[in-house]
Amino acid sequence: MSADTMTANGDAQVAFYDLDEHDHPEGGSTLLGFWIYLMSDCLIFAMLFATYGVLGHSYAGGPGPRQLFELPLVALNTAMLLFSSITYGFAMLAMNQNKVAQTQIWLFVTALFGIAFLSIELTEFAALIHEGATPQRSAFLSSFFTLVGTHGLHVTFGLVWLFTLMVQIGTKGLIPANRRRLMCLSLFWHFLDVIWIGVFTFVYLMGMLR
Amino acid sequence: MPESAPNLRVRTMMRPIMILATSLLLGGCNMVVLNPAGDVAAQQRDLLVIATVLMLLIIIPVIALVALFAWRYRASNTDANYQPNWDHSTQLELLIWAAPLLIIICLGAVTWVGTHLLDPYRPIERTASGRPIAPGVKPLEVEVVALDWKWLFIYPEYGFATVNELAAPVDRPIAFKITASSVMNAFYVPALAGMIYAMPSMETRLHAVINKPGKYTGMSANYSGAGFSGMNFHFYGMSDTDFAGWVARNKAAGGTLDRAAYLQLERPSEHVPVQRFAAVEPGLFRAAVNLCVKPGTVCTDAMMRQDAARDSQPAPNEHGPMPMPGAHSMSMPGQSPAPAAKPDTAGLTGAGLPSPAATPAGVALAASASQPRL
Amino acid sequence: MSPQFVPISPIFGRFTIASLPLQEPIVVGTFCMVALGGLALVAALTWFKLWGYLWKEWFTSVDHKKIGVMYMVLGLVMLLRGFSDAIMMRAQQAIAFNGSEGYLNAHHYDQVFTAHGVIMIFFVAMPFVTGLMNFVVPLQIGARDVSFPFLNNFSFWMTVGGAVIVMMSLFVGEFARTGWLAYPPLSGVAYSPGVGVDYYIWALQVAGVGTLLSGVNLIATIVKLRAPGMTLMRMPIFTWTALCTNILIVAAFPVLTAVLVLLSLDRYVGTDFFTNTLGGNPMMYVNLIWIWGHPEVYILILPLFGVFSEVTSAFSGKRLFGYSSMVYATVVITILSYVVWLHHFFTMGSGASVNSFFGITTMVISIPTGAKLFNWLFTMYRGRIRFELPMLWTIAFMVTFTIGGMTGVMLAVPPADFVLHNSLFLIAHFHNVIIGGVVFGVFAAINFWFPKAFGFRLDPFWGKISFVCWVSGFWVAFTPLYVMGLMGVTRRLRTFDDPSLQIWFIIAALGAVLIALGIVAMLVQIAVSILNREKLRDTTGDIWHGRTLEWSTSSPPPEYNFAFTPIVHDTDAWWDMQERGAVRPTSGFKAIHMPRSTWAGVVLAGLSVAFGVAMIWYVWWLAIASFVGLIGVAIIHTFNYKRDYHISAEDVTRVENERTRQLAAEV
Repeated sequence: MSADTMTANGDAQVAFYDLDEHDHPEGGSTLLGFWIYLMSDCLIFAMLFATYGVLGHSYAGGPGPRQLFELPLVALNTAMLLFSSITYGFAMLAMNQNKVAQTQIWLFVTALFGIAFLSIELTEFAALIHEGATPQRSAFLSSFFTLVGTHGLHVTFGLVWLFTLMVQIGTKGLIPANRRRLMCLSLFWHFLDVIWIGVFTFVYLMGMLR
Repeated sequence: MPESAPNLRVRTMMRPIMILATSLLLGGCNMVVLNPAGDVAAQQRDLLVIATVLMLLIIIPVIALVALFAWRYRASNTDANYQPNWDHSTQLELLIWAAPLLIIICLGAVTWVGTHLLDPYRPIERTASGRPIAPGVKPLEVEVVALDWKWLFIYPEYGFATVNELAAPVDRPIAFKITASSVMNAFYVPALAGMIYAMPSMETRLHAVINKPGKYTGMSANYSGAGFSGMNFHFYGMSDTDFAGWVARNKAAGGTLDRAAYLQLERPSEHVPVQRFAAVEPGLFRAAVNLCVKPGTVCTDAMMRQDAARDSQPAPNEHGPMPMPGAHSMSMPGQSPAPAAKPDTAGLTGAGLPSPAATPAGVALAASASQPRL
Repeated sequence: MSPQFVPISPIFGRFTIASLPLQEPIVVGTFCMVALGGLALVAALTWFKLWGYLWKEWFTSVDHKKIGVMYMVLGLVMLLRGFSDAIMMRAQQAIAFNGSEGYLNAHHYDQVFTAHGVIMIFFVAMPFVTGLMNFVVPLQIGARDVSFPFLNNFSFWMTVGGAVIVMMSLFVGEFARTGWLAYPPLSGVAYSPGVGVDYYIWALQVAGVGTLLSGVNLIATIVKLRAPGMTLMRMPIFTWTALCTNILIVAAFPVLTAVLVLLSLDRYVGTDFFTNTLGGNPMMYVNLIWIWGHPEVYILILPLFGVFSEVTSAFSGKRLFGYSSMVYATVVITILSYVVWLHHFFTMGSGASVNSFFGITTMVISIPTGAKLFNWLFTMYRGRIRFELPMLWTIAFMVTFTIGGMTGVMLAVPPADFVLHNSLFLIAHFHNVIIGGVVFGVFAAINFWFPKAFGFRLDPFWGKISFVCWVSGFWVAFTPLYVMGLMGVTRRLRTFDDPSLQIWFIIAALGAVLIALGIVAMLVQIAVSILNREKLRDTTGDIWHGRTLEWSTSSPPPEYNFAFTPIVHDTDAWWDMQERGAVRPTSGFKAIHMPRSTWAGVVLAGLSVAFGVAMIWYVWWLAIASFVGLIGVAIIHTFNYKRDYHISAEDVTRVENERTRQLAAEV
């Protein structure tokens, strides 16, 4: 710092004001801000994982993972979400090539996979509840439903957002604001994918290994 | 375990200071925390004083310097040295990081040793400084249950129980086992030893000894609801003969604390007077810890063992009746009429999953889960 | 498992006329006063036709300075509420002896101490801290606004929404009777079936959204919008502490959100996270909430450490001693604040090794904190100290906080904690650091930056009266608590058996009265200053001879903060500019790109409050309607692509010429 001051003192022409300033490009902080938000969301999931870690063995005399989980179904579900991430990637590629229609199609395919994921998850939940394995039955089931359900809620909000964006792209085209939003949703969508991989491994696979 | 030598030396060095500090502070009022009647609390007090003295080494100079600098460098004192760009000195930086660091290293060492020596779960080894406990001395066992809003003390050695009155003979180690019936409380007799939480379906422990006869205050130190302010009791340190008399008085009181009486007692009540029960149903404390005093409820430890067994099952859908490790010592009272007492009936009986309400256990669980406390 | 004590009406949920505490004269009296005051305020605003002005210039504003000021107003209003709770507790404890029940029954008293804690932390300290950061940080880093101006407005209104929910509980239903952290199983539906804990949950959840988003916003602002030349190690210390605090917010508040969600699921759905039965684990709640709760303490104090650094350096007329060691100390505290949470419950019975680990980590925090204190001390050394109000508060802080820190380390020794935990000693300790640190710091900051915000300084006479009352009041109120803690008296007690304690409680109550006088003096100070504002006017923009960029612009700053973005060459950028004779440009102004005001924040927060209240009272139709409304409005808001405008070059020139004239008149 002091060296800095010295040279600055020597230089009489040192500038203290930016006299030739231009407008900052709008939304320059958006991706950073959204990334920070995602990290905070990640912490919510971390808490839910931790809760599941603590309570995941408290069956209260009720059923445990191996009595409840159907791995093939969950594997299918995982595939749905992974595919949706890939198709979202295609949508982003199309966006980069400025192809509005193609972007929209891929977004729609992504939404279909997302809906499929949610439907399978709801089917699974319905079956569990029908069997008496309700969230109220034991701490294990409470934490299971909350962890998986929170992820499902995120996917639901992602879908609402996705459809909103499709409308906005339809009316405004791929303007910078919409591109930025697509980027954010992309981060969100892939983030949910990563969380799901955690859920699949930690809850389902390791549950079956118990 | 003998005290480590440096620790002992610190203590001997500190003694005069401690006595001085204590007598100064004790000017007008009875500061029981600084002047307790039990050895454990006294050692805790010593740590408190050591920590304070160590920190005063740095706190007093800092406060003095604040006053000095504020006065000396006041704007009106134009004689004082003024160096507006002086903002760094490696020596000073070293000093201001090293001084607190050194103190914390000392304090950290004291803390590590003190925390282990005074772990409430650790049986005490002396009744006072220099008076180790003779081998073979059995501590007085007291089982403590925090109820809404009173304290139940069970003396398994003598088979009686009291409410809101606790006593122990002087210089005999006491081993408390502590739990709560509904919400969190903290068991605290300032003159005897530090507090520890009393929590439902948990058992905490505390080891202590009282060195002086007398009447001391005990309380719940963790807010537990409307009647919390009245959740106090008296703790008596007694000579051996007085204690024997007190035991006899309790044994003569009549009345039995059985499950029904416990369930009656458990109901919320405030400012409860002292009660005595000459006899206590065996296993009541274990049942209280495991929240299964009410006939037909499944004990939490039984449930946990069953859950653990579920995890170690060989494969799904292949489990039959399995050996339960530790099942013989299970606190599930034999007199409990509910079949739910048997762990293997509480859970799955086959491949199909019975809904929780389909088995007696389920009924009991549902009942225990949904009893509102009013 | 939901409580069925009151039949749930499809229209009103579990609200009935009996939910209004009509039989409690204190509450009814308070309500009348609040209602009358509120009516008078509404009437006055209507009479002076101020609604339009308030709506246009303040409520919908995205200007970080106005939002900052509104946060401070919120904090001040809630301070009055939180302090009334304190006075009520002190009065109750001073008279409830010798068999007297006092004047508050348990139902009432237990709400009062819960509300006091919740309000003071979430709705006094947090708004003050957030308001300061909002106002000061963009100015200090030479920015024109925060990164996400709309989000800033929305965050503020969510915080207000939480405060509204808490205030509502005073008159409709009840507040929680659980203590400010609502430990289960007591806060579970089995032992707290009423609306109290639900008020608690939803107030914190609504406000928590605001806090979290404001944290994201300020991090992005500090990372992205610094003036050219301002490297991280040239940031003003207050900005550094703000950065660390916001990182803590983003890393800690999700934990609170998650744990409160779990508690609400237990209460609303009947899950078994923290129940006694079916495998629930209340101890997990205690751990989780303190994983948020301890960083929260540092969220509150760190920015005030920044304030003290700025103030000490400005009023000593000297560079801050040991800038880089100050920065490292801040960062170390930030990190360490995550590994000490267990010291809040040593008495739970974790093993000795666990307890000593957390005890020692807690002590380690005192090393960087001590280093900071020395840095302030050596900033004063060889300075020219002007004892204006901010500096007085700083000196009081240095003495008070040091003692609070010492008692904190005493509590960090687990065996000592066993005898002091949950005692009045603990209460005295945390008030010692929160009042002595956070509150004194906020007052230093208010006196320091008020002239920047409004163009005139606060009256020093009344300020000094307030200062004397507060500092002496604090010690009179809390020394007896330290003493009683050592006498084995525990917290949250409503009545007492031991008559010898009464004198101490009376002394403490007198201390509270002194503090009350301090608050009154402060309100008088503000009023007097507004009346005498021409006499107290500052036209230079740099009344204290400050060192950082906010003092380079006019007071109050123009909407756009800086006509030309300054270029930074040194830590004390403004000082450096003056030293080297930087000349303020007086021509060549350009149009400036600014964010536009929006109604969306107010509406979204209003809908959130409606949702929260509906959930509290089980008014399911309203909950669904307001939730759908919330999503709908949020979506509609995203269709608004026109969020900015330009302040024309002519307007900028006009404002800046006025400033040029003012500065010329000054010479």
